[in-house]
Amino acid sequence: MFASLDLPFIFAALLGLSILIYVVLDGFDLGVGILFPFATPDDRDTMVASIGPFWDANETWLVLAIGLLLVAFPVAHGAILTQLYLPVAVMLVGLILRGVAFEFRAKAPLKHKRAWDGAFFTGSLMTGLSQGFMLGLYIMGLSYTWWHVGFALITAVFLTVAYSFIGATWLIAKTEGPLQKKAVEWSQGGIWGVVLGMGAISLATPFVSQRIFDKWFGLPQILYLSPLPALSGLLVGLIWWKLRRLPMAGDRFAWVPFAASIALFVLGFAGMAYSFYPFIVPEAITIYEAASAPESLAIILVGTLIVLPTILAYSILSYWIFRGKATPLRYD
Amino acid sequence: MVTMDTLLLSRIQFGANISFHILFPTITIALGWVLLFFKLRFNATRDRKWAEAYMFWVKVFALTFALGVVSGITMSFQFGTNWPGFMETVGNVAGPLLAYEVLTAFFLEAVFLGIMLFGASRVPGWLHTLATGLVAFGTTMSAFWILVLNSWMHTPQGYELRDGIVHATDWWAIIFNPSMPYRLGHMLLASGLTVAFLLAGISALRLLMNDRSASVRSTFRVGVILGAVLIPVQILMGDMHGLNTLEHQPQKVAAMEGNWETQGHVPLLLFALPDEAARTNHFEIGIPSLASIILKHDPAGIVPGLNDFVTAEGEVMHPPVAPVFWSFRIMVGVGMLMLLASWTGAFLLWRRGVDAMPRLYLYGMSGLAFSGWIATLAGWYTTEIGRQPWLVQGVLSTKAAVADVPAPMVLTTLLVYLAVYAGLILAYMGVITYMARKAARGEPLPKDERVKGGEAMAVPAE
Repeated sequence: MFASLDLPFIFAALLGLSILIYVVLDGFDLGVGILFPFATPDDRDTMVASIGPFWDANETWLVLAIGLLLVAFPVAHGAILTQLYLPVAVMLVGLILRGVAFEFRAKAPLKHKRAWDGAFFTGSLMTGLSQGFMLGLYIMGLSYTWWHVGFALITAVFLTVAYSFIGATWLIAKTEGPLQKKAVEWSQGGIWGVVLGMGAISLATPFVSQRIFDKWFGLPQILYLSPLPALSGLLVGLIWWKLRRLPMAGDRFAWVPFAASIALFVLGFAGMAYSFYPFIVPEAITIYEAASAPESLAIILVGTLIVLPTILAYSILSYWIFRGKATPLRYD
Repeated sequence: MVTMDTLLLSRIQFGANISFHILFPTITIALGWVLLFFKLRFNATRDRKWAEAYMFWVKVFALTFALGVVSGITMSFQFGTNWPGFMETVGNVAGPLLAYEVLTAFFLEAVFLGIMLFGASRVPGWLHTLATGLVAFGTTMSAFWILVLNSWMHTPQGYELRDGIVHATDWWAIIFNPSMPYRLGHMLLASGLTVAFLLAGISALRLLMNDRSASVRSTFRVGVILGAVLIPVQILMGDMHGLNTLEHQPQKVAAMEGNWETQGHVPLLLFALPDEAARTNHFEIGIPSLASIILKHDPAGIVPGLNDFVTAEGEVMHPPVAPVFWSFRIMVGVGMLMLLASWTGAFLLWRRGVDAMPRLYLYGMSGLAFSGWIATLAGWYTTEIGRQPWLVQGVLSTKAAVADVPAPMVLTTLLVYLAVYAGLILAYMGVITYMARKAARGEPLPKDERVKGGEAMAVPAE
């Protein structure tokens, strides 16, 4: 019944969507962890409280993304992950430390709490850096030359700062008082990571291959593509302008920086997706070459179409239940 | 120095990861249902002791769940980083099963966990109960899908090979493959027993610290009775699972029994040192014909032997004998200990009640708090090592699936994982004991404790 559908494209779109949702949602969780050293112990409790009910579900988008890659494009899954062996291992250890520190810092004896706070920060930092490194290496075609590793190290730093930025904008929305003021300052510091990161990737990407270069600068493509940088510029301007005025009386516009940063992440992601399509392993394997058998993709698609809207619905329910400013986490 | 190759290191790494991982789902699968039971008892009786039991054990659940999640993510990446051949060959079957696990289980658990842990004061009581139930359901669904896939790797069917790649032909046959019902039942019961002994063991520890609160006495009773009820069912299920294995993977049963020759009157070996080089056992102590009776219900019943699984060229197609032989005995041994402990406990509860339990028994029970872990791991080692040299029985060999990652790189990551895992297991067991001690001392919980009216279930997350 799905014979006429372009299954590889649909699954590439689903994969892209999962990665994007993960980067935004776990991006702010990780950002909050990266900002830990700058916060007082009391602020840290509030910061964790702001993400406590969500982080687990946010991380599940990564499992879905890697699952979709595994399931829909098994050849690419192997090719990409064996190339990224070490950064993946660093990320996994980071995710482990970050995830368990959430629980241990609240349940271990008080004298160990600082150590678990350290693990929470270290884990978040390792995860952010390794994901940024993988992003850079992926753009460079997944090969380890000095140039490529150098570029990947730069994107590692920028993505980490970008995570701290979206984490800070989340805190502006979810906190109040002195912590909110601090979050505004953190956002002002972190926005440069986003600008420089998107700039560096935009400068480098078209020169990776002639194919992408033509896709960007050929006519009429350049006309379709031009709204991306224009909109990004506008958004950066809007965030910058708002950050200088926040927090405002009655907590107005506290959500604007976070919403605008999501939009910024979406634009950056759209640019990358446009550049690399139809390749899933850059310039080597296309989504059509890597896709699983149609009958296997079809059976997953049926489930996905039923379940994904349900997942979105109860995720929204959860964000709705825990709306408003973060309050201390209590098991009651 | 012996050069350890990539295959062996990758296997140790995967074994370490999955061993570490399974510890935590083994607890959360059944603990979710136990929490639902506590919550429903509270709803029905409004007795605070059930609320207190819920509050204490939901924290254990949260901690355990977090460890399960992070160690599970590691697994999903290792398929790609270390075992690309697995997905390339059987991805058409394994993929959809894993996808359904993520879609129907992971998100359900993760989202409703937030509501279950932190939402009681924000949502109506029925929604909190529902969230607890959905989390329990989610953990069980997750177990269902992963055991479907695992069972299919042992008893594959419903597929065809095209150019060496597995293609699904019959999803019903794949999901309900011959070993799935037994393996799933065995694992769910193992989870129930692990939690029964954890409940009883930690409660025994608190009783020993003179914590005579109603909630501790009730959880102790729940743990002992749950254990006493489940253990005979588990022994029966284990027997049925063994007979199913005999039918589909006779070489595994041969290794479990340490039986080299296909013959009748096979003894049940209580002790032996299997020697694969000499293809015999040393220092055998056995009960004559009992293995034949258990496996064939006849003392003269012919039981397959390991020597049947060596090809004419001398290639060994059966699993390594000693690890399977010993893992199996450890699992059965712990099971017998559980039978003894829980039935003694149930008898003592009936005759003397919680308050007159002998201290010796309480010490013994607290020692068995994590005994379910040992039995579960030993059981998994029996079945998974018992599948070697195959990754998917008869379809894909383990060595054909491994990634060509340089051995030193695998060794590096392996050592890091081992260090992290060892640290986390110690921290986990330490923190649970610490929580029990803190609760037993009745210490005022840190800041923010407020007992509210109505539900009166306030305990802080700190």
